[in-house]
Amino acid sequence: MSEKAHKKEIMKFAAWKTVSRAALILSLAALAAVIIFVLIRGIPYVNAHLLFGEYSTRNPSIKPALIGTLYLILISVSIAAPIGIGSAIFLTEYTKSKSRLVRIIRVAVETLAGIPSIVYGIFGYLVFVVALGFGYSMIGGGITLAVMILPVIVRSTEESLLAVPLSLREGSFALGSSKFKTIFSVILPCAASGIVTSLILAIGRVISESAVLILTIGMVVDRIPDGFASPGTSLALDVYYFGSHGYPEQAAATGVVLLVLVVSINILATVLGKVFGKGELANG
Amino acid sequence: MDKQFNITVRDCDLYYSDFQALKNVSIDIEEHEVTALIGPSGCGKSTFIKMLNRMNDLVEDCRITGEILIGGQDIYAKGMDVTLLRKNAGMVFQKPNPFPMSIYDNIAFAPRTFGIKKKSELDSIVERSLKQAGLWNEAKDRLRKNAMGLSGGQQQRLCIARALAAEPKILLMDEPTSALDPISTGKIEDLINDLKNKYTIVIVTHNMQQATRISDKTAFFLLGEIIEYGRTVDIFSKPKDKRTENYITGRFG
Repeated sequence: MSEKAHKKEIMKFAAWKTVSRAALILSLAALAAVIIFVLIRGIPYVNAHLLFGEYSTRNPSIKPALIGTLYLILISVSIAAPIGIGSAIFLTEYTKSKSRLVRIIRVAVETLAGIPSIVYGIFGYLVFVVALGFGYSMIGGGITLAVMILPVIVRSTEESLLAVPLSLREGSFALGSSKFKTIFSVILPCAASGIVTSLILAIGRVISESAVLILTIGMVVDRIPDGFASPGTSLALDVYYFGSHGYPEQAAATGVVLLVLVVSINILATVLGKVFGKGELANG
Repeated sequence: MDKQFNITVRDCDLYYSDFQALKNVSIDIEEHEVTALIGPSGCGKSTFIKMLNRMNDLVEDCRITGEILIGGQDIYAKGMDVTLLRKNAGMVFQKPNPFPMSIYDNIAFAPRTFGIKKKSELDSIVERSLKQAGLWNEAKDRLRKNAMGLSGGQQQRLCIARALAAEPKILLMDEPTSALDPISTGKIEDLINDLKNKYTIVIVTHNMQQATRISDKTAFFLLGEIIEYGRTVDIFSKPKDKRTENYITGRFG
């Protein structure tokens, strides 16, 4: 290569580096703007009454929403986790990877993951609220959320299971283990960090979801739900309600709570992934 | 001796869907001998060894014809207990594959599978197996530590100990030293010499010197066939077949 061409190459590299750095700074700035703006507007209004006080029209609180969100996490994860993990085990361990059925299931799972959440919402509304006659209820919302997070759990669990090296399966079978023993004693423990991480991220999605819940749990912001059949609200719904019913301060403050929760959950997922992941799969 | 554990293979063909990996293979492997399988890559040695504990069952579209008898029993017969077969024929793989759990749990894995729960019993199996594999002194103070922290050579001896803990009669080793340094390799070769009094050992190796150092008999594989099989001294000093001679003198492969 001539010296001139070489210099030109270097210039190109330098220019590209500048452009990509600018793009990075811009995207970080956008993210920071959202976080800072919500924090500045919301933090002054986060107080004990808002979090844990009794709800009144003049002085609303998000206590019903906190409890409602817990309900939704409990219902959706306890339904979606066993079904999702079970499906992933079936897909990776019990089917031939190239079979037609598996390909169809994979496409179906991908498609489910891409459906807009409002469509899940209308499904939940038509099934639980209307057809089954539950009316607005935590259980209807929770089950709908379970359907929504199911593909996420299946996909990421499947990936964790596939990441367990074949050599460990062989090692287990060669010692006379059954498939069952191999799955429960070797494969699942190896994949545990990935599975736990995926469950935590699924909880994150439950916490942030609003469209599904508007149509299924009724957005009853002023009362603590008194059971699975009761209507209620969630944090994300409260942001919407406060924002659209003349409580801008409370909306911003609830936004802060939501932000803090989701960010902590993501950090928790990363940390757990690292802690569990130590020494694992690091063959050699 | 309560039961015989010699291996007899008669007219075996093995196919991976359309590809024939073993062609009309017949061999008699004696008890308490070390049999080395040599031959160029892709000649069917590993396939052959995996046929003996039915690990090929895990491969989709793998088909076998012919007869494989261990101690006179057809291991591919209907109703054969594969679990028991694999307990009797332990396997050590090319790359060390300890489970990402403690050293103790690795060794106790097979005994637990076979229903041993008592701690004192497991303790003694763990100690005996690690001693047999020459790893006891290095591992005794860290039994509860994760096995992934061991060096490659230690991991491979752990895998041997793990196989021994199932109290096998046969030990199938698929290039057990190919991923190891010379010192670890030496340790494992010494170990094989110690173990052959109690176990029937079949070992795949790419290393001619290793075959001469450790084995009693040698089988030379080429393109899925056994070209020559006999006492190691004979194979290496006066091979009958030209192809064997070419291979062991390094002219191909």
